[in-house]
Amino acid sequence: MTTQTPAVVAEDLRKRYGTTTALDGFDLTVPAGTVCGILGPNGAGKTTAVRVLATLLRFDGGRARVAGHDVARDPAAVRGAIGLTGQYAAVDDILSGRQNLVLFGRLHHLRPRAAKRRADELLERFGLVEAADKSAKDYSGGMRRRLDLAASLIRTPKVLFLDEPTTGLDPRSRNQLWDAVRELVGGGTTVLLTTQYLEEADQLADRISVVDHGRVVAEGTSDELKRKIGADRVEVVVRDAADLGEAARLVGRATAAPPETDPDVRKVSAPVADRVAALAEVMRTLQAARITVEDIGVRRPTLDEAFLQITGHRAVS
Amino acid sequence: MSALRWGIADGWTMTRRNMAHVVRAPEEIVIYFSLPIMFVLVFGYVFGSGMAVPGGGNYREYLLPGVFVMTMLYGLGATATGVAVDVSRGVVDRFRAIDMARSALLVGRSGADLLRALLEMATLVVCGLLVGWQWRHGVGDALAAVALVLLLRLALTWVGIYLGLVVPNPDTVSVIVFPVAFPLTALSNVFVAPELMPHWLGTVSAWNPLSATVAASRELFGNPGTGGDSWVAQHPLLLSIAWPAVLIAIFAPLAVRRYQRLSR
Repeated sequence: MTTQTPAVVAEDLRKRYGTTTALDGFDLTVPAGTVCGILGPNGAGKTTAVRVLATLLRFDGGRARVAGHDVARDPAAVRGAIGLTGQYAAVDDILSGRQNLVLFGRLHHLRPRAAKRRADELLERFGLVEAADKSAKDYSGGMRRRLDLAASLIRTPKVLFLDEPTTGLDPRSRNQLWDAVRELVGGGTTVLLTTQYLEEADQLADRISVVDHGRVVAEGTSDELKRKIGADRVEVVVRDAADLGEAARLVGRATAAPPETDPDVRKVSAPVADRVAALAEVMRTLQAARITVEDIGVRRPTLDEAFLQITGHRAVS
Repeated sequence: MSALRWGIADGWTMTRRNMAHVVRAPEEIVIYFSLPIMFVLVFGYVFGSGMAVPGGGNYREYLLPGVFVMTMLYGLGATATGVAVDVSRGVVDRFRAIDMARSALLVGRSGADLLRALLEMATLVVCGLLVGWQWRHGVGDALAAVALVLLLRLALTWVGIYLGLVVPNPDTVSVIVFPVAFPLTALSNVFVAPELMPHWLGTVSAWNPLSATVAASRELFGNPGTGGDSWVAQHPLLLSIAWPAVLIAIFAPLAVRRYQRLSR
């Protein structure tokens, strides 16, 4: 596959369950070797989209190609090119970690010895050597998720689907998983990641598609999405809470915009058009008024705010 | 024919996976074994003294083929639960996202449960010999009888697979199986000869698929309580092959269709 062929193309995908519309004209293009984040609230259609693209679910309309293969016409070829890590760890609970990986290796048609060797490599790589012979049900949440990821990497997939891979994980396990994903992408794998966590999309994804009600409502890099919803803001934290009112008035004058104050953290903020000029002007004005500033900066809106702006509701209810 | 080759290879891999479960969680198999052994003891010794065998003969000798078949029936619960556990967890998605034979999950379940039934039969035969049961004809006939019992088990694995797919909740499945299995055994020739039941009950019990296999294996083992005037009683061998064949013909396609519908 050349880098010119996108790893995933979905055009106008449609899927209904009875009266519920899960996918309503879902479009997506993921260039090979990149990470695409699909961001959306519960029930937005993220999981349905992944299940359709991973050949687990038939769809009612539209077209989809994964790793150059048509999902509807040649699902077997798609299966041969993908890895899938689901929302809940999809491993055999009773078998040990090693037995799980050997089992999946055999089902990937590796010879017995090759399957064992691959299992050992993956156990090593995901820090599961010590727990290799324990039942998966005795693993911690983070270990299970790592085993699950390892199981989807038996044959290094061209396209890896990660459906909310870090839901319910502690920050350390989450970071470990993120590192593993970055390493894979470094090796040329294309990753399609669904998440409810804006930070996760921000951290991992080259481009983000915001999904709501079964279709993509916004698309771009994380910076682009943030910019889309408007201005940067200058933020000032004053040392003395008594100065807050005066600081707000001065910031408002300097930026020619209505300031917002947050007394709990002694913060004043206001939207700005020209980042650098506004920062300098605010700084000069406050210094002239002899107000002691503890912190000052210009920041982009968070993806959280971007999401709220785009969909009209919060990401996580 | 590489599709067939992988179908067999993947089915065998899944069979081994399910056998590995038995090795890793042996407590489950102990539970399944204790029940038939208990039945041998309770019915053989406690009630056995008051039980009559038509045509005379030792009741425990009469009982054992029934216990073999009953054990096969109770195995259905394990089959259904195993399938339900797989389907209710994400692991089935992983299997379906791998480019392996689509049939492997179901074939592997059926294969593993059949191997397990073989183990159960070996245990029961030893247990039976200890309480005075024996086969009176040749080893060939005895093996044929065991094969018929296993054929019924094979048919029941497909009933169990279908059940596990229809009710994909492991807890519900085990709750359903027991209340169905118990009357099914009671309404057969497992414990009591149909001739000794009220007329209509005897007819129902004689036509029970379990009865066909029990009667045929009694005949092949040379155990007492065989024969009778009705057409059913005259043709146990035929019925002990026909009934499982019918069950497989109904439930295997149903199960496969149900499995494919997971992608709806």
